[in-house]
Amino acid sequence: MNDTDRKLGPTILKADNISLAFGGVKALTDISFEVKEHEILAIIGPNGAGKSSMLNVINGVYHPNAGSVTYRGNVRQQMKPHEAATQGIARTFQNIALFKGMSVLDNIMTGRTLKMHAGFLAQCLYVGRARNEEIQHRKKVEEIIDFLQIQSIRKTPVGRLPYGLQKRVELGRALASEPVLLLLDEPMAGMNIEEKEDMSRFILDVNDEFGTTIVLIEHDMGVVMDLSDRIVVLDYGKKIGDGTPTEIRNNKEVIDAYLGVSD
Amino acid sequence: MDSSIPNLGEDTLSSLIFKNATVRGAKTAIREKDLGIWQSWSWADVAEEVGLLAGGLAAKGFIRGNNLAIIGDNRPRLYWSFAASQSLGGIPVPLYQDAIADEMIYVFNDAEIEFAIVEDQEQVDKLLEIMPQCEKLRCIIYDDPRGMRHYNHPAVVAYEDVRELGVKFLSKQPNFVESELNKCRADDVSVILYTSGTTSKPKGVCLTHKACIEVAQGDMGFDKYTDDGEILSYLPMAWVGDHLFSYAQSIVTGFTVNCPESSETVMIDMREIGPTYYFAPPRVFENLLTQVTIRMEDASNFKKWLYETFMGVARRTGLDIMDGKSVSLKNKFLYALGNMFVYAPLRNNLGMSRVKVAYTGGAAIGPDLYSFYRSIGINLKQLYGQTETLAYVCKQPNGDARIDSVGTPMPGVDIKMGDKGEVLVKSPGLLKEYYKNPEATRESITPDGFFRTGDAGFIDQDGHLKIIDRAKDVGVLNDGTMFAPQFLENKLKFFPFIKEAVCFGDGRDAVCAFINIEMDAVGNWAERQGLGYSGYVDLAGKQEVYTLLQDCIEQVNRDLAKEESLSGSQIKRFLILHKELDADDDELTRTRKVRRNFVAEKYDGLVKALYDGSNTCFIETQVKFEDGRTGTISADLQISDAKMIQSTEDLAA
Repeated sequence: MNDTDRKLGPTILKADNISLAFGGVKALTDISFEVKEHEILAIIGPNGAGKSSMLNVINGVYHPNAGSVTYRGNVRQQMKPHEAATQGIARTFQNIALFKGMSVLDNIMTGRTLKMHAGFLAQCLYVGRARNEEIQHRKKVEEIIDFLQIQSIRKTPVGRLPYGLQKRVELGRALASEPVLLLLDEPMAGMNIEEKEDMSRFILDVNDEFGTTIVLIEHDMGVVMDLSDRIVVLDYGKKIGDGTPTEIRNNKEVIDAYLGVSD
Repeated sequence: MDSSIPNLGEDTLSSLIFKNATVRGAKTAIREKDLGIWQSWSWADVAEEVGLLAGGLAAKGFIRGNNLAIIGDNRPRLYWSFAASQSLGGIPVPLYQDAIADEMIYVFNDAEIEFAIVEDQEQVDKLLEIMPQCEKLRCIIYDDPRGMRHYNHPAVVAYEDVRELGVKFLSKQPNFVESELNKCRADDVSVILYTSGTTSKPKGVCLTHKACIEVAQGDMGFDKYTDDGEILSYLPMAWVGDHLFSYAQSIVTGFTVNCPESSETVMIDMREIGPTYYFAPPRVFENLLTQVTIRMEDASNFKKWLYETFMGVARRTGLDIMDGKSVSLKNKFLYALGNMFVYAPLRNNLGMSRVKVAYTGGAAIGPDLYSFYRSIGINLKQLYGQTETLAYVCKQPNGDARIDSVGTPMPGVDIKMGDKGEVLVKSPGLLKEYYKNPEATRESITPDGFFRTGDAGFIDQDGHLKIIDRAKDVGVLNDGTMFAPQFLENKLKFFPFIKEAVCFGDGRDAVCAFINIEMDAVGNWAERQGLGYSGYVDLAGKQEVYTLLQDCIEQVNRDLAKEESLSGSQIKRFLILHKELDADDDELTRTRKVRRNFVAEKYDGLVKALYDGSNTCFIETQVKFEDGRTGTISADLQISDAKMIQSTEDLAA
């Protein structure tokens, strides 16, 4: 009801002087920022500013040339994406990366992979531990389906769903791993107003109900200003702003580089 | 629970639940799909839950004579709320959940609501918003805790917590519910159902326990309902049909009620449950058929051929077989073949494999629609009744169902004709009164105890009741031809492309019509024609769509030309509305009936344009969204002529 009683925790993720270059192209230059527990942080900036690269550094797809990422107190330079996943980092993608021929249920179930411990044979035969595990996982997945209100498409192949719903399923798969930190790469790209409103509601609910920390990239300024606690602005791989939505809205450099002036 | 039947006083709906707990305690009373699994409660479970909730309500201060508002989708806990309030001598007042704020405020104040049980956050928000205008409202109980964590309003409380209060309350006073039940009389009002009111403010229809029980028993005898039946409850709880069928009937007969997972999953849930009894307004049957038609059009050629061939067989012989008439051996064989390849799979797909009796009512059903279902082996019948008669007036008997009648009077029902052919009814289900509205009660019930239905009709020589139209709506054209608008509109609405139609003609030279297109069907058609469109307004204005609809209207005209008395009321001109008629804009009632006079006034300019011969007309309309905001839509509407068929010679040509 009121957002003010939501408590932010200690710093969960800290980027220190991150630089990343692909050959001669400098994608990120000397970027530092912090994410607090339970926070919704938006990364904004023009195309090619290095937003997706930043997410990729956080979840270990790219390895920075300089600087370090501190996640829950552990400093790291090199990490593989699956290690990020085991540590509670989940993400969605700019262009949907679901299994098109599989049902919504199965797609979300894949998000549970890391939590499955039964052996291959046991899973094939569906006995003992595998069976109990499957029931537990299915329950969790059903809770997510209920949470995202997609009961009616539970068994529909993802490829047959409209774009907005596919995005919601992708969020569901990310949630299935019970993430501590959720990275959303343009969760609302290509959506109509109603779909954006729905998605915003779900993002706020995830943050509120599960206490998940969220880092998101988004271009719709209305959405960004409404959703986020704090905003980091990138331009040509450099950080040019960091603050609350109000601060960012009044930041001269950000207005010049990105927001522009309304008449 | 004790094995002997406890003394619970006179038979009321709530005491019958407790009796069911002893008579058929282990049988499943209600199911709900939750997290993808059907959860069940036996009659013994239900009695326990009802008792605990009643205790909790009592602990919160709910007393005899209080009214309890109930708002939400069909959920077990909300059905238990009916019983819990009734057990305490209170009266449940179900409300339509999509009702806008003004309507809700009116009902809350009229019924002096202090307690409300609602489904979820959405309803809680709505009630908190109107709370300042509803002075008496002091307790809002919610079922689904999702999103409710930060609510600290003193009036808002979780169902779980009320139940918990009930556990404590009953541990101190274990005989409380039983003694309260003993004070309830069969003549007490058991529920107040607010009618949507086509013309005025909603009126609260007070029905008694006795009426509910007698009607349910009458229906049970007539259609041989048994306690191993299954029904799916997906229609609004505030509607008399759902209250009778999913609540009263289930308690009296003891069959199982199934609550769908969400309103979007009804079709899937229906297929899983396979209900044995099914009740739906014509619109639902129409939507199902539209879906079947659309999907058949996308099917492969062989399947299309199979479908068309055997639907032809069904059209020729299906009805006779359903009515138990004798059919030639060859036709019997063809129908059996069709049943194997088409009808049975189709019934299964619709979730109607096990349906013994299906009913429709509330509005007239198109003849083709009606015979479609009957011919594929679904025993679809019509019934006739109102909220005021607990939907208990006429039903079509098995083997004697006719499309043009609504059936014969039910046991215990007395029918006579009033002025202008108005149907007057005396029924065991008759309302006790309109809540706090003696004037309306006097107007609606004759001194000798008959209810004025407001429908014009007659009883034919076989004892079947036939309804023509609303008594006040039947009019005449300037040349003296009879004009029955609903009759025409129903004919139009049968086309899958037409969602809603409004006909004008009383006191005019000719009949003209407004049409609402059915977005799904027309959209699908447009896609197959390779016709691009950006949305409803754009699609509705396309010349191709006008041509498509002109065909439909001319077909209706051809039908009308065959009937001498109606031949003059063919449709001369029509237009396609730029927006869907909507209950939020007061254009439809909550049960989706067109409010013809309101529409005529609102679109006065369009009606004029229909009659002054112009080809286009500009219109700007205000629309109201569900959250109460308003916006406008504007469009240049095209007006088209339709060919009128003069006589039978034209038909031959």
